[in-house]
Amino acid sequence: MKKNLRTKVLVIIGILMVFVYGIFGIPSGLSGKALQAAMTQRIHLGLDLKGGAHLILQVKVLEAVNDETDNTAARIRDDLKQAHLTYSQVYKPNPLKADGTGQPQMIRIEGVTADQASAVRSLLDSKYSSEYDVTGNADNSFTVTMKPLVESDLEKRTVQQTIDTIQDRVDTLGVTEPTIQQYGLGDNQILVELPGISDLDRVKSIIQSTARLEIHAVVSGPFQDEQTALAGVGGALPADEELAHYSGVSGSEADQVYILQRVAIVKGNDFRSADPGTNPNTGQPNVQFTLTNEAGDRFYQYTRANVGRYMAVVLGGRVREVASIREPIRDRGEIEGSFSQEEVTNLSKLLSSGALPASLTYLEQRTVGASLGADSIREGVTAAIVGLVVVLIFMLVYYHGAGINADLALILNLVILLGFMGFSTATLTLPGIAGVILTIGMGVDSNVLVFERIREEIRAGKAAAAAVDQGFAHAWTTIFDTHVTTIVSAAILFVFGTGPVKGFATTLVVGLCANLFTAVFVSRVIFDAHLNKLKSGEMVSI
Amino acid sequence: MEFFHNPKVDWLGKKWYFLAFSLIFSIAGVSSMAWHWTHIGSPVPLGVDFKGGTQLQVRFQQHPDISKIRTAMDAAGVRDSSIVQFGEAANNELLISLPEVTNENSLDAGREKIEIALNKQYGGTYTIDGGQVVGPTVGHQLEKQAAMATLWSMLGMLIYLWFRFQLIYGVAAVVACIHDTLITIGAFSLAGRELSLTVIAAILTLVGYSMNDTIVVFDRIRENLRLSRREPLADLVNRSINQTLSRTVLTSGLTFLTVLSLFIFGGQVLNGFSFALVIGILIGTYSSIAVASPMLVAWQEYRARSGKAAVLPAGRRSR
Repeated sequence: MKKNLRTKVLVIIGILMVFVYGIFGIPSGLSGKALQAAMTQRIHLGLDLKGGAHLILQVKVLEAVNDETDNTAARIRDDLKQAHLTYSQVYKPNPLKADGTGQPQMIRIEGVTADQASAVRSLLDSKYSSEYDVTGNADNSFTVTMKPLVESDLEKRTVQQTIDTIQDRVDTLGVTEPTIQQYGLGDNQILVELPGISDLDRVKSIIQSTARLEIHAVVSGPFQDEQTALAGVGGALPADEELAHYSGVSGSEADQVYILQRVAIVKGNDFRSADPGTNPNTGQPNVQFTLTNEAGDRFYQYTRANVGRYMAVVLGGRVREVASIREPIRDRGEIEGSFSQEEVTNLSKLLSSGALPASLTYLEQRTVGASLGADSIREGVTAAIVGLVVVLIFMLVYYHGAGINADLALILNLVILLGFMGFSTATLTLPGIAGVILTIGMGVDSNVLVFERIREEIRAGKAAAAAVDQGFAHAWTTIFDTHVTTIVSAAILFVFGTGPVKGFATTLVVGLCANLFTAVFVSRVIFDAHLNKLKSGEMVSI
Repeated sequence: MEFFHNPKVDWLGKKWYFLAFSLIFSIAGVSSMAWHWTHIGSPVPLGVDFKGGTQLQVRFQQHPDISKIRTAMDAAGVRDSSIVQFGEAANNELLISLPEVTNENSLDAGREKIEIALNKQYGGTYTIDGGQVVGPTVGHQLEKQAAMATLWSMLGMLIYLWFRFQLIYGVAAVVACIHDTLITIGAFSLAGRELSLTVIAAILTLVGYSMNDTIVVFDRIRENLRLSRREPLADLVNRSINQTLSRTVLTSGLTFLTVLSLFIFGGQVLNGFSFALVIGILIGTYSSIAVASPMLVAWQEYRARSGKAAVLPAGRRSR
């Protein structure tokens, strides 16, 4: 009997030490400051306690789909031409509009003559049916639609690429422990959390421009405004050209309008790198860039055919710079114009990080300043300590000797809870501290249940050992039921809640689970140790 | 030391008082909610989490003059701004809120406008301690999530209790929980306090807590039913409540004290959360005695009158 008890006590002490280590690690000293420092290193604090920025961004995946189908449309045109099949136009009947509506996954081919229809059909089937659904219409036109699976696959890849790009941008600024991940349940949203940064302007400049970067061929320009531009081409633009306004590299020069080719020659993620440099002959600042191999081939074809023409660097739909094509460029080249050194540096930055496959919009921005976070910690901890002290004192006064029991169990409960937070990657948020406070209140309930039952048994005339035994036995069902129901509701909160609420659910669940152990096992062991010391006929202090 | 030495209160005899008490508070809450609905379109004022918008916590070096700031805002074209004190007066902190953002492409516009307005009068003497800008997409998502969490919680409880006891016990407990939620949200409505995501978390917690409390009484009822089949149900339920009264008052008391500590010392950010818990714990305890138990007895009496045998949980496995 006694040996059994000793093992149990050793187990409890062992667990205590393990979790104390979880809280403090190995502190540098035993002073208050050293312990506090050790604790803040082990326990991960949420943004609402340590300060930082929390952003939710929406990735406009339809833009990536749009790009893909633009490329496909261009390839269809080439294929039809090479096979000498006539058509009047290949276009998108419901193109992607600025507000995000439209069906960019649909391409329509019109003007096919009746006798060539089957030839066109077999061409389309052979080349595109793996990724697209080809349907023939009654008037000998064809509709080519991207398959839903292919589309969703592309969308997933786009979101992942965006996450990787933002990760790169954030990495270069040395933000400690940033979080960049997919958010929510499949709606193409990204969560970005940057601890320690609460100045939103700085945040935006880190993520930099959320718009996309492309190089387009310039058809004509610059014009003073849109009407002049259109007047030059007889009032309306052909389907494969578009208007764009010029706003300069720093975005603030006088307005001018260009007519550009709609389909971009080179897109953001075709650039491998871009650095500011100088032309060795003229001493002019320029941007030296490299492209990926595949983009390099494409670019070579284009520049070889268009030496002497102009191309425009377009960011977010606005022309930032116009440069001339001096010679065929494969995958390494310079962008030159009359740039200043500063303009060249900015442009390089834009190009080398402008690899977003789709634009982003901000859905939610939250910031917590460091002082607000520190206030929250202080207030939360004060409330917790006051609550704890009140409960500890009350248990002693009301239950006398058994109160010590409850107090020890409660303190061990908190040690296990905090130690668990230290060991795991769970973050402690302000509602999490509230969860700790609730654990104190609800946890002590288990002890109350047992003690009240023990008192009842003593009143009914049982001896000390039997009363304790019966007390624990009867109270166990109720303790179990009450813990399970609260844990279930906290688990549901964890599933449906966002960051801070998840923190609350975590501390509550862990605290209650730890409570099942301390209020039943540990409390019982302490009682047994005490019972061993009692003489026969003596009663426990309760 | 003991608060209650063998209490023998006739709880069920007082059920009409309890019903009246509950009805008064429920009706007060519901009327307040109806009033809010006609005036602001939702039963309780909704926080930024749900209805979207901009909210900035601004700390000033000197005590800020709210009316001057409001004039500056109006001059800068910022309409419908709400400016209230945040926390203690000595902190010189204000909470400036703007209503819902409709154009998600310029989510920031509200914040920038507020900064422009503030710079005119207080340029350089204020810091933005924290802020939330929530677009309509996320706002709607959170509303849905909160509703789902509440529904699943209640459903989960009902099923668990059906499994451990009998259906009527589950129904009585869930009715008690709904009663608690209604009165707590009614209290928010009456006090004009905002509903945020953390407040919803508090409400779900008090649902769990109220369920706890009800289970303790039901457990005792179940045990007593096994031991004495002849005792009239009303007397047995009274006895069960009296037997668990000590525990109920103590636990609620202690939990209430810890939550009160949070309400008093826990700061402004958790204020709504702790308010919900303070009210919820009191009402949750009350409802186990005043709502769930009488409902149980009333149901059994109804069954007895229509000639059916009483539904007892004694047959199910207990340990």
